[in-house]
Amino acid sequence: MSIRINTEKCIGCGRCTEICPGTLIDLQEKKAVMRYPKDCWGCASCVKECPTGGIEFFLGADIGGNGSIMNATREGGIWHWSIRKTDGTETTIDVNPKNSNKY
Amino acid sequence: MKKKLEVRQIETDVLIIGGGTAGCYAALTISRNSELSVLIAEKANIKRSGCLAAGVNAINAYIVKGRKPQDYVDYATGDAAGIVRQDLLLSAAEHFNEVTADMERMGLVILKDENGDYVTRGNRNIKINGENFKPILAKAVQDAEHVDVLNHVNITDLLVENNTVYGAVGFSIREEVAYVIHARAVLVATGGASGLYKPNNPGFSRHKMWYPPFNTGAGYAMGIRAGAEMTSFEMRFIALRCKDTIAPTGTIAQGVGAKQVNAKGRVYETEYGLTTSERVYGTVKENQLGNGPCYLKTSGLTREQDEELLKAYLNMAPSQTLKWIESGKLPSEQDVEIQGTEPYIVGGHTASGYWVNTRRETTVHGVYAAGDVAGGCPQKYVTGALAEGEIAALDIVEKLKQDGRKADTKKQETDILREYEKILNEEHPVFSVEELEEGMQKVMDEYAGGIACNYQYNEKQLNLADEKIRQLMQLSDQIAAQDMHELMFAYELKERLTVCRVLIAHLLNRKETRWHSFNENLDYPNEDPAYFAYVNSKLEDGDIRIILRDIVKENTYEHTD
Repeated sequence: MSIRINTEKCIGCGRCTEICPGTLIDLQEKKAVMRYPKDCWGCASCVKECPTGGIEFFLGADIGGNGSIMNATREGGIWHWSIRKTDGTETTIDVNPKNSNKY
Repeated sequence: MKKKLEVRQIETDVLIIGGGTAGCYAALTISRNSELSVLIAEKANIKRSGCLAAGVNAINAYIVKGRKPQDYVDYATGDAAGIVRQDLLLSAAEHFNEVTADMERMGLVILKDENGDYVTRGNRNIKINGENFKPILAKAVQDAEHVDVLNHVNITDLLVENNTVYGAVGFSIREEVAYVIHARAVLVATGGASGLYKPNNPGFSRHKMWYPPFNTGAGYAMGIRAGAEMTSFEMRFIALRCKDTIAPTGTIAQGVGAKQVNAKGRVYETEYGLTTSERVYGTVKENQLGNGPCYLKTSGLTREQDEELLKAYLNMAPSQTLKWIESGKLPSEQDVEIQGTEPYIVGGHTASGYWVNTRRETTVHGVYAAGDVAGGCPQKYVTGALAEGEIAALDIVEKLKQDGRKADTKKQETDILREYEKILNEEHPVFSVEELEEGMQKVMDEYAGGIACNYQYNEKQLNLADEKIRQLMQLSDQIAAQDMHELMFAYELKERLTVCRVLIAHLLNRKETRWHSFNENLDYPNEDPAYFAYVNSKLEDGDIRIILRDIVKENTYEHTD
């Protein structure tokens, strides 16, 4: 369980470094760097805070991860959660924050 | 060159340590009801810090239509086999609905039916979208008058003289700066303690745990060192969670009514009982009997239910949604495997924490406790944290109408600052913080009832655990930190070791088994009426003094001794 920074998408705004509840991300040479990958809780706060969808969330091999990555972007108030598998297939789940959980 | 910290002095009426749910709501309450200056010191950033960083799945402590606050008290009392403070449960329950309505006014989405009533989930729960719970609270705090927030500042010690608080000391985790904060009242709202025991996933995903890995028992440790009385640490909390992702199970169990089944497909939950601890115990036993793995039976759900579960988990535990998609098997196609977590100390779920009076003041004058760090009030959850923040805040407002006492705390301050600099300048550490943490977690796992021992222990093992934890505490006096962030890691280790030591003392002194798995003492496998009492403790001259207290039956409780 951890995150990777997509350096091509990172614009160095530093919002993820502010928000991480473990303060695990640093800004180095205008790019975000995950300084303590093993200390990530997996809360995805940074994934949602990133304005470019440049933070990729993955499951470690020790908890059954299969190499897929997930990120989130927000358009018109709707969250688009995208999961890309290693074979290139992509699944997107849209979540409207104005809707309550049904369960 | 020797590192020397810049020291910043701050004066405030009220210091709140920890800007999670309880701390933020207390700050709002003080702002709405007084002109007092409030400072929140938060080790991360209040927008996403504390238990609700990822979100929360539901409001699980609510008085639904047709029920009364007393019904909640009765439920929580039964679940904890009587070891609760009913005055605390009742006062919290009387606030559950009011704080929920306030959160809705601030922007929390709550599901309503066609009549405009909240839609319930079970007997005490309502359905929400809790993804942005913390950003909503943080925004309200930002807009509140007389409230300042110091993000990325880690508080380590209370300034206490003659059992009265005068402030606290901490440091920035980003700059070489220490903070000496003088305050007339201090609310401790740091959350509980995770990371004491070897976790489910001890390798790369070591922090993929249920309780926040950043809640390290700081609030307990600073209170213990200041001589505050603690209660019920032996009522550990072990959560039943989805395997690997350690995501909540309630959304599946209560939301779609999935039953706990063993590998043979038999529903076993009714055979062991349905209290929180019995649900864990049953799962452990089934595994011991060779009937594992255990599951929540989700196969046969509809596609629509699949879709709703995928979304619900994105709003609180996104790793579970990723797991379902990545595996190619949705809940309707494969039962969800479940497991017990490592034990935590957390007063929002069980009764561990500060021994407080009904208004949430601890046994140290001027120190209050709210949320997971406050004891005696199990199953208060999120609304309980809000309620306790409010109750404590209102008492602080009332008490600070009188002029406060003054004391000289200069020597204490200097000693604390000297310790920070010692760690920052240590050139010959015996072990790293990480190595000592691993040692601690292994000791707790093997000798104090961790996962490796199916949560069971005996006195001989606990005595060994105590000896080994003391040795690790000695070694932790010689640790080093390269920068301010590592200084926080050093303190987190020290905090956890302090909590471990007190926890072991509590486990040794409840010579019975009252809650399966939570305190499973193999020397005393049955419940004993002699222990229908609180096991409390206090650190005195370096030793832990155990105090057995009678169960409080009154509606208000005040400290008298």
